[in-house]
Amino acid sequence: MNPEMDSRPRLAPGCRLGENNQQRVLLMPERALRLNGPSLEIVERCDGKHTVQQIITDLQKIYSKAQPQKVEEDILGYLALLQKERALDFDL
Amino acid sequence: MAVSWSAGAQLPLFRQLRAQSSMPNEISNPLALITELTHRCPLHCVYCSNPLELQARTNELSTEIWTRVFQEAAGAGVLQADLTGGEPLTRPDIIELVGAARSAGLYVNLITSGLPLDEARLAALVAAGLDHIQLSFQGAHEETANEISGTKSHAQKLRVLDWLRQHRVAVTLNFVIHRRNIDQLAEMLAIAESSCAARIEFANVQYYGWAFANRENLLPTRAQLDQSLAFVKREQERLQGRIRIEYVVPDYYAKYPKPCMGGWGRKLMLITPSGDALPCHAAQVIPGLSFENVKDRGLREIWEHSAAFQKFRGEDWMQEPCKTCDRREQDFGGCRCQALLLAGDAAATDPVCSLAPLRPKVDTILAGLNLISDPVAAGLAPPAASQLARPSWLYRPNPA
Repeated sequence: MNPEMDSRPRLAPGCRLGENNQQRVLLMPERALRLNGPSLEIVERCDGKHTVQQIITDLQKIYSKAQPQKVEEDILGYLALLQKERALDFDL
Repeated sequence: MAVSWSAGAQLPLFRQLRAQSSMPNEISNPLALITELTHRCPLHCVYCSNPLELQARTNELSTEIWTRVFQEAAGAGVLQADLTGGEPLTRPDIIELVGAARSAGLYVNLITSGLPLDEARLAALVAAGLDHIQLSFQGAHEETANEISGTKSHAQKLRVLDWLRQHRVAVTLNFVIHRRNIDQLAEMLAIAESSCAARIEFANVQYYGWAFANRENLLPTRAQLDQSLAFVKREQERLQGRIRIEYVVPDYYAKYPKPCMGGWGRKLMLITPSGDALPCHAAQVIPGLSFENVKDRGLREIWEHSAAFQKFRGEDWMQEPCKTCDRREQDFGGCRCQALLLAGDAAATDPVCSLAPLRPKVDTILAGLNLISDPVAAGLAPPAASQLARPSWLYRPNPA
């Protein structure tokens, strides 16, 4: 179940970025995910302002050496996973 | 410098994420700190996870010491603080404590019955930095819930759920499951669906302490358990992306033991109301263990050097079949307290494990139960909770 391209993901209540020992983490109920490179770039853009399409376009620019199609697939997969974790809400 | 897409581990992002969520095997930071702020509680639940010997108010740590503990925890790498009890809201300084944990840099989780709560206090907790509230429920309706908690509690919980709509905080409903309410899962889920909760936890009772004393009246039958598992599987699919459903089976029915506390001294640390640092809720039942107190030593020092944390850390303490078992890095030999309670030896393989020499003991307990409770024939519905006579419960008292 992939998110809509024009929806705007934002972190769900009780999910926020944190930092510990110089490591950025996504804090959520009973869980925490370490964020590095791409995963941090994505989560930082889950602010209710960026659309899914904008996040993809941004990251395709940042990671211009990677195949654009691959970047898109990974981002959609990652957002779907975060949604399954109930870490994201999608505003339309 | 531009980073290539699969920099470092050469993993696609999705797999990289999964890899990150599994923890390394070496002794690392504690990740969560469970703080039993008090043992006082308006409920008297017959499966309470507190020890049989409860701490009085006069032994409780001060606001200042808890504040220091939160700061030391964050410094030691802890990410999350679980504020629990007893009922943590019986502490008059609970708002200050939430603020102290949040200021220290921790993710703040409050585990509460919701009883000593009103709208203003809830708003103050959220304003102080509460991230996540876990509201405990004893059943889907008044009658069961009140019987299990030994007090009138259910209606207040529904009020709290309603107030929570106004706040930006994660909400989990915790239903503790046993023979007398396991047939109510659909109604429990309906409560979650009509609320703002994003998570619901159906956690079957595990049998230590108060629950061990009341086990004969709490263990579900095999038929009940199978039915509940099928229900949860269906509903997890239906509610995917909306409500996350967690289900914890009773150890006695499991094929392999749970990785208790994520492994002894690997991820979690528990502080009792009086400041003792324990590797798990029930560790005090294990003879010969002595516990350090946060009043005397720093948290990181206790984590790394305390004899109690070292005792079952790693694999050196293991007996056969754990010692050479392929699963020893998955379940770490199971639960030490359960080994003590059932095998009389805290270093034994958790007897719930199908590979444990003492598994027949657990099977005998289950066989006795299922024989009594399924009198007609296999395949029939389990007896409704109401058909079972009201047992004589051992209720947990409220300490002074």
